[in-house]
Amino acid sequence: MSLKLRIWRQADAADKGSMVTYQLQNVSPDMSFLEMLDVLNERLTLDGEDPVAFDHDCREGICGMCSLVINGIPHGPEKATTTCQLHMRHFSDGQTIDIEPWRAAAFPVVKDLVVDRRAFDKIIQAGGYISAPTGSAPDAHATPVPKADADLAFEAATCIGCGACVAACPNGSGMLFTAAKITHLGLMPQGQPERNTRVIDMINAHDEAGFGGCTNTGECTSVCPKGIPLETISRLNKDYRQALRAAS
Amino acid sequence: MAISGTVLVLFLLLHMIGNLKIFFGAEAFDHYAHWLREIGAPLLPHSGFLWIQRVGLLVALGLHVWSAAVLTIRARKARPVKYAHRKPVQGSYAARTMRWGGVIVFLFVVYHILDLTTRTFNPVADTSQANAAIVQGFAPGRWYVTAFYVLAVVTLGFHLRHGIWSGLQTLGVSNARRERVLQGTAFAVAFVICAGFLVVPFAVLTGLVK
Repeated sequence: MSLKLRIWRQADAADKGSMVTYQLQNVSPDMSFLEMLDVLNERLTLDGEDPVAFDHDCREGICGMCSLVINGIPHGPEKATTTCQLHMRHFSDGQTIDIEPWRAAAFPVVKDLVVDRRAFDKIIQAGGYISAPTGSAPDAHATPVPKADADLAFEAATCIGCGACVAACPNGSGMLFTAAKITHLGLMPQGQPERNTRVIDMINAHDEAGFGGCTNTGECTSVCPKGIPLETISRLNKDYRQALRAAS
Repeated sequence: MAISGTVLVLFLLLHMIGNLKIFFGAEAFDHYAHWLREIGAPLLPHSGFLWIQRVGLLVALGLHVWSAAVLTIRARKARPVKYAHRKPVQGSYAARTMRWGGVIVFLFVVYHILDLTTRTFNPVADTSQANAAIVQGFAPGRWYVTAFYVLAVVTLGFHLRHGIWSGLQTLGVSNARRERVLQGTAFAVAFVICAGFLVVPFAVLTGLVK
C-alpha cells in the first residue's frame, strides 16, 4: 500500500510545531502502525533527516506507552486496541492518515508525538496505593474477596494509564483514568482504610495537574484500549460524595 | 451542576403539568393561574409563594450557569492546542451541544418572562387573563413566536437528555447494571417534558384551545 502521512512535527517543548506531509510506499498490510512508522523513520534516517519521535515500549498492548491520535481518534479506528496492536490492513491504499500527539495542557509535548505523562504519576502518588505490610507474601485467599467485586476490580485494574481518555475528552479531563484507579482499589478489602482520603487526594491532584472537568460525554470510554467502562466515573463520584459526608 | 440542575428539572416538570391545565378550559386555566398567586394564603401575601419560588430558581440558575462557566474555562485551559483532525466518536449530539444549547434556552427564558409574565411582548396586557395571553400569544399571525418556542423547547429536550443522565452519573447513582435504565429514564423525562410543553402551542394553532 502507499500512504500519505500528515504528522505533527515539533522540535521541542518551546517549538510551535506543524503538520508535515510524507509519502510512504510499499507498506505491508500486515505491519503494525508503529512498524509502519519505523519504516518511515529508517528512510528519514538514511536521508539524513530527523526521524519522527514517538513513544513505544512493549508493543504487545499492555505497557501503555504508545499513544498517537490517528485521524482524530486516540489509538486509531479499531475499538479496544492500542496503537501498537493496530495493523495497516485497517487502512486503505492511497489513504491520507493524520497523526497527532495527545493534546492536553497536562501532557506537554516533549518532541513530535511524544508527550510528558507524568501528571498521571502525580495522581497515583496522591492516593493510588494501599497500606500493606512488606516482607513475605501473604497466604493466598487469606483475605476473602467476593467474586463479583474481584471481577469488577480486575476490569478497572486493566487500565494501562496511556492517557487516551484525556486525549479524546472534549474537556481534556483525566476522570476515566482516576476513576479506574478509585474503582480498582475501592472494591478490594485492602483498599478500604484509605478509601475516603484517596478519592479527595486523587481528585485534587487531578485538578492541580490542569486536567479539565468531566461532563460525562463518554468519549473516553469509547477510545479506551482496555474498555474501562463509564460506570467507574459514577463509582468515583459516589466515593467522593461519601468522603465529603465522612469529613463533615 | 447536578444539584442545581435537579431543582430546575423539578420546576420544569411542575410547570409543564400546570400548563396542561389549559386543556380543561379557559376558566380552569385562569383559576389555576390565580391559585398560583394565592398559595400559602393567608400566611403568605399575594404572590408570596411565587416570589419565594422565583428567588429559589434564580439561585439554582445562577449556580448552574456558574458551574457551566467554570467547566468551560477549565476545558479551554486543559487543551490550549487544538487537534488538526478531530472527529467526535461516541459523544451524542445532546452531549456536544450542552453549552450552546444552554445559552439558547437561557435567552428563551428571558424572552418567555417578558412575553408571558411581564406581558411586555404579549398582546394581552391584563395579567389576570392567562388563557387569553396564551391563545393570542401563539396566534397564527405571531408564527415567529411559536417557531422560537418550538426551537427552544426542542433544544431544552436535548439539554435534558444529556443533562439528566449526566447529573445521575455525577451524583454517583449510576453503575453498570443501572446504566441502561438511567439512560432510558433520562430520555423518557426529556421526551415527556418536551412533548408536554410543545402540545400547548400546537393546540392553539389547531384551534383545540380557544
